[in-house]
Amino acid sequence: MRKLALSDEILLSVQQPARYLGNEMNAVMKDPDSVDIRFAMCFPDVYEIGMSHLGMQILYAMFNKRDDVYCERVFSPWPDMDEVMRKEHIHLFALESQDPIHEFDFLGFTLQYEMCYTNILQVLDLSGIPLHAEDRKENDPIVIGGGPCAYNPEPLAPFFDLFYIGEGEVQYDAIFDLYKEIRRKGGNRSDIIEAAAKIPGIYAPAFYDVTYKEDGTIESFKPNTPGIPEKITKQIVVNMDDAPYIEKPVVPFLKVTQDRVVLEIQRGCIRGCRFCQAGNVYRPLREHSLEYLKHYAYEMLKNTGHEEITLSSLSSSDYSHLKELVNFLIDEFHGKGVNISLPSLRIDAFSLDVMSKVQDVKKSSLTFAPEAGSQKQRDVINKGLTEEIILKGASEAFHGGWNRVKLYFMLGQPTETVEDMEGIALLSEKVAELYYDEIPKDQRNGKKVQVVASSSFFVPKPFTPFQWAKMCTKDEFLERAYIVKHKFREMLNFKSLKYNYHEADLTVLEGVLARGDRRVADVLEEAYHKGALFDSWSEYFRNDIWMEAFETCGVDIDFYTTRERSLDEIFPWDFIDAGVTKEFLKREWKNAMNAKVTPNCRERCSGCGARVFEGGVCFEHKN
Amino acid sequence: MKFIGHLDMMRYFQKIMRRADVDICYSTGFSPHQIMSFASPLGVGMESRGEYVDIEVKSTDSSEEMLRRINEVMVDGSEVLSYRLLPDDADNAMSIVSAADYRLRFREGYEPEDWRDFMDGLLSFMKQEQILIIKKTKKSEKEVDIRPMIYELHEEDDHAIFLKVATGSAANLKPSAVIQAYMDSRSLPLSEFALMITRLEIYAQKKDDPSTLISLEEFGEEIK
Repeated sequence: MRKLALSDEILLSVQQPARYLGNEMNAVMKDPDSVDIRFAMCFPDVYEIGMSHLGMQILYAMFNKRDDVYCERVFSPWPDMDEVMRKEHIHLFALESQDPIHEFDFLGFTLQYEMCYTNILQVLDLSGIPLHAEDRKENDPIVIGGGPCAYNPEPLAPFFDLFYIGEGEVQYDAIFDLYKEIRRKGGNRSDIIEAAAKIPGIYAPAFYDVTYKEDGTIESFKPNTPGIPEKITKQIVVNMDDAPYIEKPVVPFLKVTQDRVVLEIQRGCIRGCRFCQAGNVYRPLREHSLEYLKHYAYEMLKNTGHEEITLSSLSSSDYSHLKELVNFLIDEFHGKGVNISLPSLRIDAFSLDVMSKVQDVKKSSLTFAPEAGSQKQRDVINKGLTEEIILKGASEAFHGGWNRVKLYFMLGQPTETVEDMEGIALLSEKVAELYYDEIPKDQRNGKKVQVVASSSFFVPKPFTPFQWAKMCTKDEFLERAYIVKHKFREMLNFKSLKYNYHEADLTVLEGVLARGDRRVADVLEEAYHKGALFDSWSEYFRNDIWMEAFETCGVDIDFYTTRERSLDEIFPWDFIDAGVTKEFLKREWKNAMNAKVTPNCRERCSGCGARVFEGGVCFEHKN
Repeated sequence: MKFIGHLDMMRYFQKIMRRADVDICYSTGFSPHQIMSFASPLGVGMESRGEYVDIEVKSTDSSEEMLRRINEVMVDGSEVLSYRLLPDDADNAMSIVSAADYRLRFREGYEPEDWRDFMDGLLSFMKQEQILIIKKTKKSEKEVDIRPMIYELHEEDDHAIFLKVATGSAANLKPSAVIQAYMDSRSLPLSEFALMITRLEIYAQKKDDPSTLISLEEFGEEIK
């Protein structure tokens, strides 16, 4: 029998004990004594969220292909378990071997969203690893972070030994080889960290000094050790088909959020929405071949027994072989007890036809993401979706039997006026009117149309043209939401319309962490010590704790959120070369101010800078 | 495996069916599901050596081959012990379950101070004609006699207790309730973690002779 880190009594007294057991289908079991490197991979949120993340499964599979590495998983213990572990002084452990994390060589965190940062401190704390990199001893694991939030790692700088900027598939082999080499020569932990800092894409915060001007902005950001690079270049997989994918995804016993086979069809996006960080940092767009995807679809369904397969990408409709792929999946698997779940596709004749084959039209709804209510504002954000396209799609859908529509918007964008806000209600109303105009009463089956509009609040992110934007205050966000809500009440068909908006406190905090610098780390630590944890879970988020922490640390929220940034300001993340150049982002910021649309990568190259990676859409027709 | 809840266990078996390429039947409609039913849900925290699940298949290999295929894709801690063909008119397992065997032991740190005294007391407690317990539901409390639901109780090696109790839709008795009733009668506490329980076997009543119990294993036949 496998030994477990926790006693029966503990496991029987917490919610969902399966979060802490491991032993799932396809979990990799190795003899820890047979490997040179033990790597604990952490998604700092609850198991069911972490196990739904594709990137972690990709790296888990890739690392474990090496005989000399054993990669295991670890997640944030839920508050009930957190309490037990602190009370009983139990160290956090990895799921596979159930061994304590502090015995590992590496502890890697995937950084997917800012609001999980306190959970990183929780994982370090429960593992018995000093929170600050400078306090760690020879036997502590090397703590490394990667993922989208690593594009501005500064608010986390004191807590990490290393950050990996870019896609994990590229440099981890080099890191592992280097680790073994230095260990063989008798080198110590700090030798490894310093050597790793010279691998392309690797950033070791301790080797950089930051000085600030009197106004609080950065004066200089420079390496403090010879041989450490000034710029860190993001690492990307140039040819997607060369990258290893997952043959045997781990299949949880628990029903997790993403409980299906996920096929990543491409990385990157051609669209250039000006608010979107992913669309910029994953440039250029790189596709998988159809053959590659067919192979993995077979393998993964066979090896998991999942009853559903879905596609993953930033904009699936742009995938060159989408029709062939979707038809293949339907022909091959539909009718064999496998559901095909489609990601949000552009609504057109093709996608409606496909959806009618794989979904129950009566039960499903259509989703559009106009992101802004007026055409002017959609031009500002460079969202190439027009009212005409939306109404045409909705019309076709209504004729196809759908009567539920979801519309996603974002409030608080740069240049947004009352008219733009009210446009959200007006557009929703137009969609509803269209239904009643086009579908005769006898064909409605006694049903009304349902239009649900939701708005989130806009947070400016690094490496986007909006990185210079002034963010709204909490009150401004809420005022804008009330304006929209009020407008909805004036609509003729308001009984068919519904409007929801997100929480504003959390958005403000996300704004601070997204564009924060090293000084924000103190606030994070203070908030954690005061009890902040699982901040992305509304039932656990406590804004008062955070506000106190800002107060205690003397850190001004507005400096990071509502302040106007000048075009020549040095940003905390400027030391990273993400491919897209600052010049391009400035150009796009100016285009946004003039509501000028920039064509997508396939229409015309806009010279964003991502061409230097020598692959993907930049070279599509030039091979 | 004992910490995996019943619903998760069902999902696990559904995935196992697909991984082992069992030619299982599906319901029709937009979200087809496998025709599969468990005889009796096992509570979280219990182990078992005798669970039964009915499936409907379009075709099948021999029992031996199917066992090999299924067990090849199962995780450590779960194993299919037998695969048998039921007659087409067989009743659904869940509907015929009427009793089950359990083996109970005390978890380390929770053992009775004097095992002999505990066991002798339990055996004489069982000699009563009636054992009344208070059954609490959300709305009311009522007195129930559980003695008729206890078919057998005896001591086994290693300080273990064997229990055969009523299980199923007609009458159902949790094995821990028997020990709880006894402890209550002696005014002794029983921690919720005290007992380690293993289900050993599940029974149905014989159709023409309801007083005879036959194990579900005896239904159906080996596929050659």
